[in-house]
Amino acid sequence: MNVQPILDLFGAELVAVNLGLESFAANLASEGARAVHVDWRPPAGGDGKAIAALDAIAAGTTVDVEKANAEAVRRILAAEPTVVGIGVAKDVVPGMARDLILHAGPPVTWERMCGPLRGAVIGGLIYEGLAKDAAEAEAMAASGKVRFEPCHHHDSVGPMAGVMTASMPVWIVENKAFGNRAYCTLNEGLGKVLRYGAYSAEVIDRLRWMRDELAPILSEALALHGPVDMRSLIAQVLQMGDEGHNRNRAGTSIVIRELAPHIVTLDYPKEKLAKALAFLNSNDHFFLNLTMPSAKCSVDAAAGIEGSTIITTMARNGTEFGIKLSGLPGRWFTGPAGVIDGLYLPGYGPADASRDIGDSVITETSGIGGFAMAAAPAIVKFVGGSPKDAVDVTMRMYEITDAESESYRIPVLDFRGTPTGIDVRKVVETGILPAINTGIAHKDPGVGMVGAGLVKPPENAFRDALVAFAEKYAI
Amino acid sequence: MKRISVKKGSYYDSVFLMLATRGLKGLPGVSDAIVAMATPMNLDMLGDMGFAAADLEGLGPNDLVAAVDARDEATAAAAIAEAFDSLTRKKTEAAGSGASKVGSFRAALALEPAANVAVVSVPGAFAAREARKALEAGLHAMVFSDNVSLEDEIALKRLATSKGLLLMGPDCGTAILNGKPLCFANVVRRGPIGVVAASGTGLQETTCLIDRYGSGVSQAIGTGGRDMKNAAVGGMTSLLAIEALAADPATKVILVVSKPPAAEVAAKVVAALRASGKPSVAHFLGAEPGADEARLAYASDLEEAALLATLFAEGAADATSAKGRLREDSGNDRYNRPSKIAIETLAAAEARRLAPEQRYLRGLYTGGTLADEALFIAHAMLGGVRSNNQTDPAWTMADPLRSEGHVVIDLGDDFFTAGKPHPMIDPAARAERLAAEGRDPGTAVVLVDVVLGYGSHADPAGACVGAIRAARAAAAARGGYLPVIASVTGTPGDPQGYGAQVAALEAEGVVVMPSNYRAALVAVEIARLASKGAAL
Repeated sequence: MNVQPILDLFGAELVAVNLGLESFAANLASEGARAVHVDWRPPAGGDGKAIAALDAIAAGTTVDVEKANAEAVRRILAAEPTVVGIGVAKDVVPGMARDLILHAGPPVTWERMCGPLRGAVIGGLIYEGLAKDAAEAEAMAASGKVRFEPCHHHDSVGPMAGVMTASMPVWIVENKAFGNRAYCTLNEGLGKVLRYGAYSAEVIDRLRWMRDELAPILSEALALHGPVDMRSLIAQVLQMGDEGHNRNRAGTSIVIRELAPHIVTLDYPKEKLAKALAFLNSNDHFFLNLTMPSAKCSVDAAAGIEGSTIITTMARNGTEFGIKLSGLPGRWFTGPAGVIDGLYLPGYGPADASRDIGDSVITETSGIGGFAMAAAPAIVKFVGGSPKDAVDVTMRMYEITDAESESYRIPVLDFRGTPTGIDVRKVVETGILPAINTGIAHKDPGVGMVGAGLVKPPENAFRDALVAFAEKYAI
Repeated sequence: MKRISVKKGSYYDSVFLMLATRGLKGLPGVSDAIVAMATPMNLDMLGDMGFAAADLEGLGPNDLVAAVDARDEATAAAAIAEAFDSLTRKKTEAAGSGASKVGSFRAALALEPAANVAVVSVPGAFAAREARKALEAGLHAMVFSDNVSLEDEIALKRLATSKGLLLMGPDCGTAILNGKPLCFANVVRRGPIGVVAASGTGLQETTCLIDRYGSGVSQAIGTGGRDMKNAAVGGMTSLLAIEALAADPATKVILVVSKPPAAEVAAKVVAALRASGKPSVAHFLGAEPGADEARLAYASDLEEAALLATLFAEGAADATSAKGRLREDSGNDRYNRPSKIAIETLAAAEARRLAPEQRYLRGLYTGGTLADEALFIAHAMLGGVRSNNQTDPAWTMADPLRSEGHVVIDLGDDFFTAGKPHPMIDPAARAERLAAEGRDPGTAVVLVDVVLGYGSHADPAGACVGAIRAARAAAAARGGYLPVIASVTGTPGDPQGYGAQVAALEAEGVVVMPSNYRAALVAVEIARLASKGAAL
């Protein structure tokens, strides 16, 4: 028998990995041995079917998973998201039509839509002139005369309710490395806004102003500025205290800095240009609607790789949370949308909260947002209070990802790249769920944002995806 | 009542403000509160909530507003003060403290690429999976967990053997690697004796005695109880461990302790010891010692096993000369063996004060192997002892909670530990049983083990002296006397300290013997004297 490895052990310093009773690690440490304690949890929460899937995939697959994942991750890291313009949804978004309403998250019927999403649908129909009031809009939505599809099925993403209708202006972001594009509406600001389900006259008026005045101004300014390299901007904002999802103050400031010199040269009345700039300035989250399509076109390039367990989509519609795997294109795996553990704006509390909603979790899917929490000390209160909590959140995400970003780096971690490429095997195995930062919508349509916090995605979506993957690929 | 207070020109991030708001809302007597910057949106909301417009005039987004609806003026004022205070209060908590625990095995390896052993104590259903991961990553593994299937054990040991890695366990409670105690183990001097043990407290008792005899341990490798006993497992870990100790230059003597192995496994183990070229000692609990060979001595108890190993370590040339140096108790010889006369004298002194109805031995053990050792001695000498560890159905306890006749109880048995901590960790169950035996007029002598070391209770002697006192007082009240005989498995280096534990027991009148073997001999002799003529 070969006993050399045992003799090597006898000759070395004892360094232990401890799984289970924590005191065993502490005892070793007090006797001067090195020990790392693993905060062990049953794999897949003890779910036998998921454990069997993990074991089956580990035992052998028809396609080399490691190779497939390496390719998926390579593509995500190589993405070059670039803002190339602003268009009208029906002209640029694939498959967009007047009777089609896009929404956030996985597919959902009108009957199962949550309050904020219904409100946004009502607003969208009024905005498009398809309904004259809420009653008419609701009747129309229930009649089947309009179709509902996820933004994700049309290369798009939408924050919160994520409603996109045919005549809305949209950002066009192109992944220059792979040629694919993604689309997203322009951010409306805070308070009573469509994405939180508001559809009062002021909401519709603002949307129309954005379409008729803001979008043309931004579009012309953008044309003068030239394409905006989003990878560079996101890299910068992570070093300015944004994490790319819940804090967008640095990003919005940078966009204003980029565009303002061109906006002021445009041939519009000063008041209109000033109004446009004031609008950007009043809305910290303006940048989010640029980050989201950037993330979307980055991960889309990694979709559809045979044998890859990398998660290429996470999204919520307020009723369900859904994910997609690179190696199982076209399939959603869903679970109930979570309740957000968060802090509330003055005047609101947990009883007012809608369930988790929005496509903005595409940022986490691409490796920023909650995954880059350590970069955003200003909002650490959302994750426990201290900067160390924020660092811990990011550090945990390294345990469920396959790579580290070469572009997006975190100063406090000595400029370590953000954890990128979520491997569903690791999520299920460790029970560490993706850390997702999110805003909280009021549960009733039309009220708006009531807070922000951290949300836990439903574990079963990840387990179901893994089981389906094993069914397709395990030998 | 509604009160508003403003701090002009002091900006705070909304997250801090939300926290302050939440803090205020939790104060007694405060029905509503808002701490916010005076943005137009927030001003509108304050207006909607009924705060006076006059108070809000001229405020802008850089002004901090604390608005409180409270039951009275004082509450409102205190709440507003708290609001401003909470925003300016210095954070006393340091940013980050202590080492971050990791969430996965993979992360642990990333943090400690030099990791060479995994200690697995997760629930049995998952232990094999974790152990397999460790082996596949090239780590040796100690599996403390029990309830691992035989199939998993065999598969893991095949994998380990093919990689030349140690797979200790499953159900391996103790090991000492490179001088470091793993799980339930004692702080034992390093030295030339390598131990391979399929029994937890057997390993602890022998390593502690080796330490007391002035020698030391190079490595003590636990194998798990099935390793040698089960022919299908075939001693895979034991054989690998023996071969490794044979090749280890720091190991001069090899000691093997196990319950009787399966016949073919015993043959392989003995062959491996012969092949090691090193003097060896084997002790198979409950089995007749085999015939000594030149370099292989069979011990008849744990104490003798430790003694023989020490003698070999100190240069005894062969089994005959090692055994020749064992002496009966002579007072100050380190290598003494208990003399019959000394044991009888001690027992007689204790037994003299027994009441006539006191007849039975009650052995209450926390360590399984120690219980077995006492059981084998008592069963042979008392003509039958009931135990939950008895394999003969005639002598298994119908109800382990009730003592009948002579008993030796292993309180660490699954029967007692289902849903409860092991008595070595929490000796409360043993203390209760001890008190109960004290209430039984038939109890003639109580025999206990006190196991020290890492993993064990912080003060196992202290945890039973109260019950000992009560039991002895109960016997005295009945006009009798209750002898309590103990041994302490431990070393001066253990966290509990051998000396302090012995002293605590002796202060209660407990007779503390230097080994479990001797404690059993004394207790059994007391019971023999007490039960003369009594029906079992």
